Amino acid sequence: MISINQVSKSYGSFQVLKDCSAEIARGEVVVICGPSGSGKSTLIKTVNGLETIDSGEIKVGDFRLAPGITNVAALRRSVGMVFQSFELFPHLSVLSNVTIAQTKVLKRSKAVAEEKSRSLLARVGLSAHITKYPAQLSGGQQQRVAIARALALDPEVMLFDEPTSALDPEMVNEVLEVMTGLAKQGMTMICVTHEMGFARNVANRVLFMDGGEIVETAEAVKFFNAPQSERAKAFLARILKH
Amino acid sequence: MMVDLSAIASAVPFLLTGLWFTVQITLVGVAGGIVFGSLLAVARLSQNRLLSTFATAYVNLMRSIPLILVIFWVFFLVPWAIGWMTNGGRPVAVGASLTIFVTFVLFEAAYYAEIVRAGFRSISTGQYAACEALGLSKLHAYIYILFPQAIRNVLPILLTQTIVLFQDTSLVYVISATDLLGAATKIAQRDGRLVEMYLIVGVIYFLFCYAASQSVKRLQGRLAFGGR
Amino acid sequence: MSLLFETTPDGAGRYIDWILSGLGWTLSLALGAWTIALVVGTLVGVARTLRSGIWPRLGRVYVETFRNIPLLVQMFFWYFVLPELLPVRIGLAIKQMDPPWGSFVPALICLGLFTAARIAEQVRAGVQALPAGQRAAASALGFSSSGMYRLILLPQAFRIILPTLTNEFMTIFKNTSVALTIGLVELTATAREINENTFRTFEAFGVVTIVYLVIALIAWQLMYRIERAVQLPSLASGSARP
Repeated sequence: MISINQVSKSYGSFQVLKDCSAEIARGEVVVICGPSGSGKSTLIKTVNGLETIDSGEIKVGDFRLAPGITNVAALRRSVGMVFQSFELFPHLSVLSNVTIAQTKVLKRSKAVAEEKSRSLLARVGLSAHITKYPAQLSGGQQQRVAIARALALDPEVMLFDEPTSALDPEMVNEVLEVMTGLAKQGMTMICVTHEMGFARNVANRVLFMDGGEIVETAEAVKFFNAPQSERAKAFLARILKH
Repeated sequence: MMVDLSAIASAVPFLLTGLWFTVQITLVGVAGGIVFGSLLAVARLSQNRLLSTFATAYVNLMRSIPLILVIFWVFFLVPWAIGWMTNGGRPVAVGASLTIFVTFVLFEAAYYAEIVRAGFRSISTGQYAACEALGLSKLHAYIYILFPQAIRNVLPILLTQTIVLFQDTSLVYVISATDLLGAATKIAQRDGRLVEMYLIVGVIYFLFCYAASQSVKRLQGRLAFGGR
Repeated sequence: MSLLFETTPDGAGRYIDWILSGLGWTLSLALGAWTIALVVGTLVGVARTLRSGIWPRLGRVYVETFRNIPLLVQMFFWYFVLPELLPVRIGLAIKQMDPPWGSFVPALICLGLFTAARIAEQVRAGVQALPAGQRAAASALGFSSSGMYRLILLPQAFRIILPTLTNEFMTIFKNTSVALTIGLVELTATAREINENTFRTFEAFGVVTIVYLVIALIAWQLMYRIERAVQLPSLASGSARP
């Protein structure tokens, strides 16, 4: 479904992605992990065109991304994204946040859009809050609204860029539960995350990145039990210690 | 010397016409200034080098020269500009009001542009990314998401600039226009009642501006708590 | 710009001399008023930050009065109204001041006190932006009130408000033009006079516009250098935004 072929990207003289390749099948849940600065966020942002690539090719379904291709509007409709800092629109109510892209981008009627928004917000457990504003919600609630907002466009792929890193520990689970539910329903997901529990239990595969390269790819269970590369072993040792 | 109150009373109707013109200039200046100023702010952020350079140059020019000079410039240029477009090059006589409205829109837009630009810069960059990720077109993103937030963030400053505009209108005195100050001056010169007229004008301006600035302070307090 | 070098109708020189004269008045008025404004503005601003007594309230009255009346109206007050309100002998003395000074002195006082109100607000904001602990530390060390302000609070406050002070400095040059309404032949008045004499409007106003632009540039450069010179190593002052 998604095919990343030898993608490279540089910022000036600093190469942030080096020849990255990966294949992700429909319905797969892939976790990208690795130390800070390894290029995980940049890689995931190339999949929906938020970051351009200098060389290589990315295919998402029938859509092809290559250096120089700038018209990505169609791609954005089939790929949803959830950000670390939630990025809800602070001046719109929860309901409006989930509705606005449906009406403006997909041109759905307001009635249809609101109906869909309500059902999605119910799915993430926030029906009681639809008239509230983002500032009135906790971090975990805001992130769940952000997930609903992305799902409202009926994407085929969902990208998560460190969705729980900005949350207080007690709110991490409510978001992970939503993500787990999505995975069980067969959504194709790519998640950049430090939540190893989620990675181990929900992900099909893990991509380990370091220094801009995809160092190791393995089935989730295999990766955690028997990492092959030295760098992966060192990384796991460091983060699993606490 | 004694201040003659009855002189003030009989002058009130004329002063009110002057005040009305002041209000008109202010309203046109605010509306036109914010619209043109926002366009300038967006132009400065644009990728198009020609557009952003022009907008930056315009804003910097207008902010470096006195308003009185701009008033003189527009007074000279507008008849020529309209004549050039319609009358085969000869200047066309244009009413003072229109010229004044044009002046204030052009001048204040440069100041509003800076304020709106600060507003855009106060929005977190993630908002732009979220709009992109949702597939919102640039136009939609600006109209529904970015612009509303920018304005909200700098609303008190925008309103303060409007109070400044209200005071700036008094400068149309230099072309003998009949705003509040102009009306008072005309009465003062006709009746020899300088002291009363200028005192009353001072008081009127003070009351308006003080009330307005207090409202802005209260609004600022509310925005701070209601917080986004 | 050949206009500059033509002789004036009164045969006493060339138009460039008029421009230089106008420029001289503009600069004198601006710099003189700026000096008054800094001194008075700092005193009033400090008064507004005092904890008790009558000074904060007096300061408030000062600021509100001078900020809520247009500069032009204030100019008329000093020039037309004040001489009438003062005891007859003093009023007559003022009215009999020789031409340039009869206009210059009221303009200087007016612009100085007007700008002082604005500087007062900035000084107040700067002092109030300092951490509360600064005052406490100064008191604990035994500083008197004036010592505390002079040696501890104001040096810091002025660094913080340098960008807004720069703005104010550039504004004062523009505001000198208002003095033409009470007869001071500064730059803008000179432009008008040249225009009335030669009807070469474009050149007359054009030259003066360029002079204002040059003044603005020099003023901005000057303040920029001051900002750099007083910058503390750790303090990220908000200098020169693009």
